[in-house]
Amino acid sequence: MAIRLLRLIAFLIAALAFAVPHAAAQTPDIPALVDALGQGSFPEREAAINALVATGDERVPPILQALADGNLYLRKSDAKVVLAAKAGSGFALTNPLDGADLGPAAKAEIDKIKVNNGLRGKIRTAIGQMTLLSPDRTTRLSAAQTILKNADPAMRDLLDKALAAETDPQIKSVMELARAVIVLKTDTTIEDKRAAITTIISHGDRDAQTVLSSALADAPDELKPLIADGLATIARNLQLWDIAQNLVYGTSLASVLLLAAIGLAITFGVMGVINMAHGEMVMLGAYVTFVVQNLIATYAPGLAEYAMAISIPSAFLFTALVGVGIERGVIRWLYGRPLETLLATWGISLILQQAVRSIFGANNRLVAPPSWMTGAFELGGLTITWNRLWIVVFAIIVFAALQLVLNRTPLGLQMRAVTQNRRMASAMGIRTPFVDAMTFGLGSGVAGLAGVALSQIDNVSPNLGQGYIIDSFMVVVFGGVGNLWGTLIGAVSLGMANKFLEPYAGAVLAKIIILVLIILFIQRRPRGLFALKGRAVEQ
Amino acid sequence: MTRLPRIAAGLALGAAMTMGAFAPVFAQDTIKVGVLHSLSGTMAISETTLKDTMLFLIAEQNKKGGLLGKQLEPVVVDPASDWPLFAEKARELIAVDKVAAVFGCWTSSSRKSVLPVFKELNSILFYPVQYEGEESEKNVIYTGAAPNQQAIPAVDYLMSEEGGAVKRWVLEATDYVYPRTTNKILEQYLKDKGVPPEDIKINYTPFGFSDWQTEVAAIKEFGSAGKKTGVVSTINGDANVPFYKELANQGIKAEDIPVVAFSVGEEELAGMDTTNLVGHLAAWNYFQSVDTPENTAFIDSWHGFIANDKRTTNDPMEAAYLGFNLWVAAVEKAGTTDTDAVLKAIVGLSYPNLTGGTATVLPNHHLTKPVLIGEVQADGQFDIVSQTEPVPGDAWSDVLPEDKGIEADWTDPLTGCGHLDTATKTCGAAP
Repeated sequence: MAIRLLRLIAFLIAALAFAVPHAAAQTPDIPALVDALGQGSFPEREAAINALVATGDERVPPILQALADGNLYLRKSDAKVVLAAKAGSGFALTNPLDGADLGPAAKAEIDKIKVNNGLRGKIRTAIGQMTLLSPDRTTRLSAAQTILKNADPAMRDLLDKALAAETDPQIKSVMELARAVIVLKTDTTIEDKRAAITTIISHGDRDAQTVLSSALADAPDELKPLIADGLATIARNLQLWDIAQNLVYGTSLASVLLLAAIGLAITFGVMGVINMAHGEMVMLGAYVTFVVQNLIATYAPGLAEYAMAISIPSAFLFTALVGVGIERGVIRWLYGRPLETLLATWGISLILQQAVRSIFGANNRLVAPPSWMTGAFELGGLTITWNRLWIVVFAIIVFAALQLVLNRTPLGLQMRAVTQNRRMASAMGIRTPFVDAMTFGLGSGVAGLAGVALSQIDNVSPNLGQGYIIDSFMVVVFGGVGNLWGTLIGAVSLGMANKFLEPYAGAVLAKIIILVLIILFIQRRPRGLFALKGRAVEQ
Repeated sequence: MTRLPRIAAGLALGAAMTMGAFAPVFAQDTIKVGVLHSLSGTMAISETTLKDTMLFLIAEQNKKGGLLGKQLEPVVVDPASDWPLFAEKARELIAVDKVAAVFGCWTSSSRKSVLPVFKELNSILFYPVQYEGEESEKNVIYTGAAPNQQAIPAVDYLMSEEGGAVKRWVLEATDYVYPRTTNKILEQYLKDKGVPPEDIKINYTPFGFSDWQTEVAAIKEFGSAGKKTGVVSTINGDANVPFYKELANQGIKAEDIPVVAFSVGEEELAGMDTTNLVGHLAAWNYFQSVDTPENTAFIDSWHGFIANDKRTTNDPMEAAYLGFNLWVAAVEKAGTTDTDAVLKAIVGLSYPNLTGGTATVLPNHHLTKPVLIGEVQADGQFDIVSQTEPVPGDAWSDVLPEDKGIEADWTDPLTGCGHLDTATKTCGAAP
């Protein structure tokens, strides 16, 4: 322990020695400092990082980034710190300072230099300090955000310099906030602090709230009312945004419910088949996405960004074919016998689950999101994630396309004719068995499309479908059997109700309340929101 | 005349071969071992691997010459993630197949379901999964972690300077028995450590929950109160992937709000892109990335057995490995597979952990195990950032006021007690 302490002190002294401005006569021994990263415990590594940062050398940020990303390794033979990239079964080594090739190494010859969350945070701040004046906009923005997170008073001069040069309004606003936070932390006049607090309040977002609530305890007494008022203003402001945010969440959940239920609206709503295997069609769609993605990765890596686009028709066709197979093979023998249909399709769902489990294994499969579906963006006080936004768009497109098919194509006309009056349709020369198969295929294909979307937000596992079957039935029954608009309204109201209840009641209770409400509703209106009228319904 | 001897020879050879093939069964020359893991249904995702692990361990033992001079024979049944079926299949294994011991179960519900069967037919269950504690039975050896071997050290780590000095806690959980009990213990523990109640938020979600937008936003909001915030997750299997996907998409970084999970291991991460999750934590008694000679050898022979270099290893696998080897050692010590003799022999036995150190069977039928905290890496593996000395498993948590002074002692299986009040020296019924 004593030796460790001594070593730490030695490091600190070294760090101090190098902390002199770069104008100093002697140039710091950067290679030695880099090699120091490979030694010792986490606190010692932190000292080594600080020493490196103090050099202000431009080669340092990429090295620190590599350390944070876990690409820096210690070569056991000579205790040198190297940059390693996977190459075959071993690693290819390069010098982190000049990128010189150091040849290959086996896994046993090198040790990864570990970082923990604390160090990763330190590295992020250090990189932030060193890149605040970077010409690249995104680098500068993330640098400003890290400075805001840590708000180190030592950064004030640098920040002033950066602020004077900054032209981008978004970065400027983050920098101003960061500067205000720093001012609040330093010993300045009350007036300066008051101005800083006003700046922070005017930002009015979650960051400002965090900053103010942590400043409240240490603030001078005369400023406390101002901060408390500010916090109240921000809270009111955020409350409005919260409602908007709930609307966004509700829309997103509604789109997922709509996608999952709309196929069922066709098979159950239009055809009257209680299809318990509907969830498995969704699951198959997700697996088709997985297979397509892997085939593309193996045979045409150039198309990787389009994997999702290619999955959409593939999943539709595959699940539609499976659907037609099920209809021709099983369901058509059971028309008019709902109980048997229910049991048979339940059996099919179990068979499909176990088949997928045998082929792909029980583990979750990874469907990597394309880059345009990752992350989130801020819109005022809202956070909107890209994947959910695209799913909303996708759901709207699928809904519109289905409306077109049902109302504007001969197949749609025949489907509606067969549902409304099978015998009359048959007498008019419509091949009702063919229409039945096509309708079931369409419903299943749409479920497959839902699977493509769900592969982005849920597990791709054999159990995927089970989580959605109950919700789908609820949406269809609530919206009114046999009506796509009813399904849309059903999905939207269930999604919204769920998301507005959740913050107050919790997820478990919210689900129960919704279920009870639906049961009560069905008691009043057994045919759902939008009931079909006409003679066909009475049969 | 050359033909007859040849036919005779052929017959003799055939008979010998048939005898050879069937002899072990007729001669009762094998010891049967029951494997009770779901191979279908929702739990297959986790339990199938354990079934493979048991087959692997049994094959390895047979290569070494079996046990007591006999070969081991696995009897695999599929309880299909159906809790009552677990009890039925357990009865079948013990009563019909006459297995010497059973290795199995994952969920606490399945364990509770088979308990009466094991008591009635007096057999041994080796249970390889971390669980909520509050139980100690004569017929069960718990080789996974009790709460004090996983949850509490994880919280301690987050509270420490190195773990980020977390002051505000979100306990995010799936709504069933394991998270409920664990959270009860953790809440009490945090309060004992001086965390004010307004800095603890407990949230439950249903099984298989997939829409985490509101919950993740709530965590973000809870974390904006100016104190360092951490999340302790007891979210169950399937709900984890959408939870972590939402975390990554809403940009919650481990440096800002770390999430420590007790049910997320290498297997669960296999279905996720972890580049945006680097630094989130898991607490286990084992990680695949542990760098010890025992672990390297174990992983190599596992990959050889399963013929797939990509298959991960995880904590319950190590627990199954320890349970199996401790059982083998106990049978060898007792010289018989008789339940009471084995239970008497097993207490106090030790076997090397894959993570270094040894696992010892305690009188309360739990093991001593080191606790490891790992951070998720971009390749889906964990970097170990903290490792404790072996911690003895505590069946009845000392944190809960109602369990203070309660111990379990099965040193003698016939007179042992699972719920012993050390103050009054009375053996009460478990609540």
